[in-house]
Amino acid sequence: MSDKKVTIEVDGRKLEATAGQMLIEVTDAAGIEVPRFCYHKKLSIAANCRMCLVEVEKAPKPLPACATPVMDGMVVKTRSPLAIQAQQGTMEFLLINHPLDCPICDQGGECELQDVAIGYGDDASRYVEVKRVVKDEDIGPLIETEMTRCIHCTRCVRFGAEIAGIRELGATGRGEHMRIGTYVGTTVTSEMSGNVIDLCPVGALTAKPSRYQARAWELTQTNAIAPHDSVGSNVHLHLRRGQVMRAVPADNEAINETWISDRDRFAYQGLSAGDRATQPLVKENGGWRPIEWSDALALAVEKLRDARAEANALAAPHATLEELFLLRKLMAGLDAPSLDYRLRQADFRATSAVPGYGLSIADIERLDAALLVGSNLRKDLPIINHRLRKAALNGGDVMVLNPVDYEFNYPLGGALITSPSNMVASLAGIARAVGVSADGAIGELIDGAAENDETNRLAARLTAADKAWVAVGALAEAHPDYAVLQAIASAIAEASGAVFGFLPMASNSVGAALVGCVPSDGGLDAVQQLSQPGKTSILLDIEPAQDCLNPAQAMRTLDETAFVIAISSFASDSLKACADLILPMAAFAETSGTFINGEGVWQRFDGCVRPLGEARPGWKILRVLGTMLELDGFDYESPAQVHDEVRAMIGDRGIDNSLDDPGDVEPWRPKGMQRIGDVPIYRIDALTRRATALQQTGEPVSALACINAALAKRLRIADRGQVKVGQGGKSVVMAVRVSERVPNDTVWCPAAVDGSELLGPQIGDITLEKA
Amino acid sequence: MNTLVNYVRSLFLVELFRGMGVTGRYLFRGKFTLEYPEERAPQSPRFRGLHAQRRYPNGEERCIACKLCEATCPALAITIEAAPREDGQRRTTRYDIDLFKCIFCGFCEESCPVDAIVESRIYEYHFENREDAVMTKSKLLELGEKYEAQLAADRAVQAAYR
Repeated sequence: MSDKKVTIEVDGRKLEATAGQMLIEVTDAAGIEVPRFCYHKKLSIAANCRMCLVEVEKAPKPLPACATPVMDGMVVKTRSPLAIQAQQGTMEFLLINHPLDCPICDQGGECELQDVAIGYGDDASRYVEVKRVVKDEDIGPLIETEMTRCIHCTRCVRFGAEIAGIRELGATGRGEHMRIGTYVGTTVTSEMSGNVIDLCPVGALTAKPSRYQARAWELTQTNAIAPHDSVGSNVHLHLRRGQVMRAVPADNEAINETWISDRDRFAYQGLSAGDRATQPLVKENGGWRPIEWSDALALAVEKLRDARAEANALAAPHATLEELFLLRKLMAGLDAPSLDYRLRQADFRATSAVPGYGLSIADIERLDAALLVGSNLRKDLPIINHRLRKAALNGGDVMVLNPVDYEFNYPLGGALITSPSNMVASLAGIARAVGVSADGAIGELIDGAAENDETNRLAARLTAADKAWVAVGALAEAHPDYAVLQAIASAIAEASGAVFGFLPMASNSVGAALVGCVPSDGGLDAVQQLSQPGKTSILLDIEPAQDCLNPAQAMRTLDETAFVIAISSFASDSLKACADLILPMAAFAETSGTFINGEGVWQRFDGCVRPLGEARPGWKILRVLGTMLELDGFDYESPAQVHDEVRAMIGDRGIDNSLDDPGDVEPWRPKGMQRIGDVPIYRIDALTRRATALQQTGEPVSALACINAALAKRLRIADRGQVKVGQGGKSVVMAVRVSERVPNDTVWCPAAVDGSELLGPQIGDITLEKA
Repeated sequence: MNTLVNYVRSLFLVELFRGMGVTGRYLFRGKFTLEYPEERAPQSPRFRGLHAQRRYPNGEERCIACKLCEATCPALAITIEAAPREDGQRRTTRYDIDLFKCIFCGFCEESCPVDAIVESRIYEYHFENREDAVMTKSKLLELGEKYEAQLAADRAVQAAYR
């Protein structure tokens, strides 16, 4: 598009525009209203609804504003008799086949068709013939269809093709017989599919989980930050009588544009799960007894006093900045150095101070090349993947080094799929091809690495790119040689002129790192804390059976720990099995706080719902514990005071991806088969795991072993049979799938799912036999 | 002069006799009070009495939980909860009218797209407990079933004006 400025006149107003812009963009920017259905600022132009017809002088017929480029001296009338007649005619045609079922339609009250019909339609219908009826398809647990209401704007179809990257919805037939559907009646599987609910201008596509439960006019809208990934998508929560009814995206061009992932949209369902912690509980003789807050706090204080410097603490990286800061302060007050938030990190030999993306989210779409090391980005961080998809479609090369051939919704510029233990060598191969010159053990590793065509190709593309990014993902974090992977990846980035970054998973990993929720001198990191039973442990919003690298060991250790204080929103059975005291904490939407996203942006949000039962915001619980322990500086009255103190402490420190030297690089050598235990998209945190609709989408929710055909043949295991999977002495019987996405001698066995809590580390040795 | 006229008028109790005259005239006119409860006043088909919920002739409840009545109620007397029924249809799971709040304006009836909530001709009722003042869905449907003939006839008469 050229930058040539033109002047046009709309309804008598002179407007400045850039040549080549569509008329509707100019009128939208000027606040002149033009009705539309098919036009959407983030989608391609279809011009098929004809609602935006306007009169353009010297044009013989009215023209669609969405598909008419502006020209210098153009004179446009949006409310002239000709334009009004065209709009009324279009409206009448659209309403011919639209059912008059607004009273039972969930879109009623927030419907673009209703609004435009009132504003631009005639006041009565002349149509008396039979209306069209369309059979519905079941397209999954998230989206409800009522295709009779469809007006064929094709926004959902274009969304699938252009944004989600998988053509799941399409139009079949023409004219009167046109149908929008999945062709074959399959489920829509995109991780961003929920956005079609917002896109649909009528009630053809609505949210299934909140179906028929609320009317638009009953809902109050509040702002929030989605707590399920490190993007920190801006959302609006819609509340009815103090209950979250749904979440919809809030526009933020710098972060989530106008989209949110299905996880951010539907995870609110977990708020009303049956096992929410609603009152303080204490374990007595193996059973649980509700107690008063004052007694519960006194007990916690007594146990913390007993332990003092020997106290341990683990915090979930999705806790708010205020909570993490107060926990840090509490532990410092006790002189206890053992504190950590890196629950899924396997290797602590070298760490980066504040791991983050390393570049802004908006910059990701302008990359020429990216190398992802151990990341199922599409499922881990759907919004980041969407940005990277834009880069890929613009000619950028997105390359991956993964232990599983994950599906991406764009063509990859190169993919190295290799077993976890071989990832270090492969990455070293790329490093060598890039021409990394490092000294020490890392240098030796790189010099000894083998190059092949694929590593050379990846390296060439990375070096050739102007703007490149090397990002280390969540699966690499669980790798026993994480430190080595980081070191090599960082060296590759340096040698190829790329930006080095991480893909932290949780909403506040960066915040946790910035406030210093890491072990101080002599303190125990997460792995050490969960392998040596201690005196008193604090768990902040953690479900040890799902949220830790090695759940079996974590459960065992916590069980043997003398006293475990769980500050948690949920009192799940697994937490009850290992905790001794549960302090109910307010969950998402019930507490105010701050998240720092992967880019380093601070985003504050307020609680909008009363905490369930006797639950209290985490910052209040920690504040009272601090006061009762007679520690200094815990007399806060509001989270804002805590926030100000954190702000002052952190100052202008931000993402810092520089690394320590890992020193020892003796690589992990597996004994036999290796497990690849990634965390499925809808098992990421306690809230998501309880969102019933998300659990029905077909993403892994229960234990599953995936192996390739060669391994299956060798072990004589049939697809869809049962296998006995063993790790750390325990074994679990689970379903097996044969897939060529998994490399030889590896078992893709997701973590954080039902049944996986008995298994060991996410990446490690595993045994497999026929059940 | 005025003072003199007023003096004479008050001396002869003119105002009093004029008033007594009115009373006297009505003494011999026909009565328009009713011997309630033996006698009843005539009711308009538009009478706005106790609420009821109607069903279709096939027994299906009319209400589709559109919540327009709840939205339009000026006294905020109506509370509705809705959810998909087992067969997937949109229905109320709770429909309460608080008669202590209700001002019998009839807006709920007017807003109803399916003639489900109506105001019947019933005006004789009492409560012995506070909670009795809440008309629940079952109570409303029960009333609707009982008086369906009358309700349907009244709606038919009024059809031309709605």
